[in-house]
Amino acid sequence: MDVRIWTYVLVGLTFAIYIGIAIWSRAGSTKDFYVAGGGVPSVANGMATAADWMSAASFISMAGIISFAGRDGSVYLMGWTGGYVLLALMLAPYLRRFGKFTVPDFIGDRYYSNLARFVAVMCAIFVSFTYVAGQMRGVGVVFSRFLEVDVNLGVVIGMVIVLFYAVLGGMKGITYTQVAQYCVLIFAFMVPAIFISFQIAGNPIPQLGMGGEFQDSGVSVLDKLDGLSEELGFGAYTEGRKSTLDVFCITAALMCGTAGLPHVIVRFYTVKKASAARTSALWALLFIAILYTTAPAVAVFARTNLLRTVTDTAYSELPAWFANWEDTGLIAWVDKNGDGAIQYSAGPALETQEGDPKFKPYFRSDEAGEPLRGEHGERLLDNPPTDNANELYIDRDIMVLANPEIAQLPAWVIGLVAAGGLAAALSTAAGLLLVISTSVAHDLVKKTMAPDLSEKGELVLARCAAGVAVVIAGYFGVKPPGFVAQVVAFAFGLAASSFFPAIILGIFSKRTTMAGAVSGMIVGIVFTGSYIIYYKFVNQDAEPWFGISPEGIGTFGMVINFVVAVLVSRATPPPPPEVVDLVDRVRLPRAAFGEEDSGPVAH
Amino acid sequence: MDKPNLPDAAAKASYWRHNLGWLAGLLVIWFLVSYGCGILWVDQLDKIRIPGTGFKLGFWFAQQGSIYVFVLLIAVYVKVMNGLDRKLLGGRAD
Repeated sequence: MDVRIWTYVLVGLTFAIYIGIAIWSRAGSTKDFYVAGGGVPSVANGMATAADWMSAASFISMAGIISFAGRDGSVYLMGWTGGYVLLALMLAPYLRRFGKFTVPDFIGDRYYSNLARFVAVMCAIFVSFTYVAGQMRGVGVVFSRFLEVDVNLGVVIGMVIVLFYAVLGGMKGITYTQVAQYCVLIFAFMVPAIFISFQIAGNPIPQLGMGGEFQDSGVSVLDKLDGLSEELGFGAYTEGRKSTLDVFCITAALMCGTAGLPHVIVRFYTVKKASAARTSALWALLFIAILYTTAPAVAVFARTNLLRTVTDTAYSELPAWFANWEDTGLIAWVDKNGDGAIQYSAGPALETQEGDPKFKPYFRSDEAGEPLRGEHGERLLDNPPTDNANELYIDRDIMVLANPEIAQLPAWVIGLVAAGGLAAALSTAAGLLLVISTSVAHDLVKKTMAPDLSEKGELVLARCAAGVAVVIAGYFGVKPPGFVAQVVAFAFGLAASSFFPAIILGIFSKRTTMAGAVSGMIVGIVFTGSYIIYYKFVNQDAEPWFGISPEGIGTFGMVINFVVAVLVSRATPPPPPEVVDLVDRVRLPRAAFGEEDSGPVAH
Repeated sequence: MDKPNLPDAAAKASYWRHNLGWLAGLLVIWFLVSYGCGILWVDQLDKIRIPGTGFKLGFWFAQQGSIYVFVLLIAVYVKVMNGLDRKLLGGRAD
């Protein structure tokens, strides 16, 4: 069977499983819809959290980013896993004991204010939309690259699938499909990684193979890669290029942002009790760590393979995958010195077309739409070449997508990668859409605008909100606004500088008042938001403040939030006794007050 | 209202104090392995190689080791808190 058929079979099979699960796990009540009935086993919740968390970006792009960034890529590895320690130790069990449906619920009740609730709802919706647009695009991209379906049709297919199980099953449907999606995506990520590790280093465990030696020459893989990279002018792979302060700030912003992301926190509301919230955070990080410790190994192997294959190789002698991926625009070559061979070195090979926010290759074609080719058979480009020696443009996504082909793995492995990428994108999209629909139906309408809405009415409203959110997300997927890639920094910075301090102080400091928390959140968001907007949109060439990139500024926003919240709280009268009582109850097991913990309650 | 087997105020305060103590200890380790070994001292640690492998120690902490330690930290916390829960509730789990 060829790659196309395998891909159709594997993608079709996994989609059938997701739909089957959705029908089996329909939601009957708001509690089912928002928190899956509150009785999800820890292991299942751990898997669902892992799938929820690991998006198209983790699956498709992360290994590629690391493979180009070398040691600096560890900001993502540590930043996106270390947050789970904060979650398990400082957030999840307490929020679970609080026993409501959402993060804005906690903020609203703990800070006895609908204003605080409203600020939290707006942050939750903004963060989730920023994120979900990228996921829908990811679905479209996987479809177009592996099945040669139009990107937009791919987005629509993805929308229909998500719509089906999110609207029908709510959190319950999403949770159990995410369990299936985790299994698909981790299998799809690990199989090529194990194959390649075995091929290169003779060790089937990628985490060990990465530190191993080449089977043929006995040279250490990392030493060889350092050497190759330095020769080509990239600098040693295992050495950093970013400043220590910048790496520190980005890691901290990603960690605290992770711990403050509403679609991650809400997963811990679905388990039976606080102790189960702790256990499922452990399972979640364990399941995430399998992918996150493999990704740097994939990065090393893929980079080594790439450098060894393309450097000074004549175009006519390149393996077939090069031309295949050239057609998808992920790789492009311009023969600057006219020797017919590829010279790959540091710096961009081609200029960005005027008006494009980001580099995109434009291939030339004749009037009939046939691609124009140069004398060696390469696709010709409209982008003017730069004046450095580098002749090769490579999109970082190719490191995962083309990895099986570069390593000459069987056709079914390539189909598996497509199914895995779709699983990663769909699971994250569904989780985010649920946060949006919950925020609208529960926090905005039920809690602030129409408190006497019946449960049935709320459930209908939640389903409609999920439907509308899918359509809006799909629209952004079809017509991605140019700023999408740039606002991802926002999602983490915003979560770190708004929710994270408000929740931590809400649990650990009884003295924190409404005025303190609200002013802290507002100052944190405004500071972080204006820094990011200034350096990302207004003045992109300005030297950042202390060399801190916009991705890392959330750390400062968070510190400012903490300081403001504490100072303002001291200056305002203490919170009312019932709030102090609420905090006491969140800190101890329910049973210590002679109460049964029967899961979240609506009213 | 008064149930004979409920923990008293002192037991509750002690539970919370122990919780905070463990939190502080585990978070110090969390900070040391990630921000310490993986970022601040990475260049010094890179002078050491993990015997038998191609890994420089700082690089290994940044891309592998810190993640393994994170998993361990949560595992320890789960175990400790389950113990504290049982102690507070007179042998019953939460």
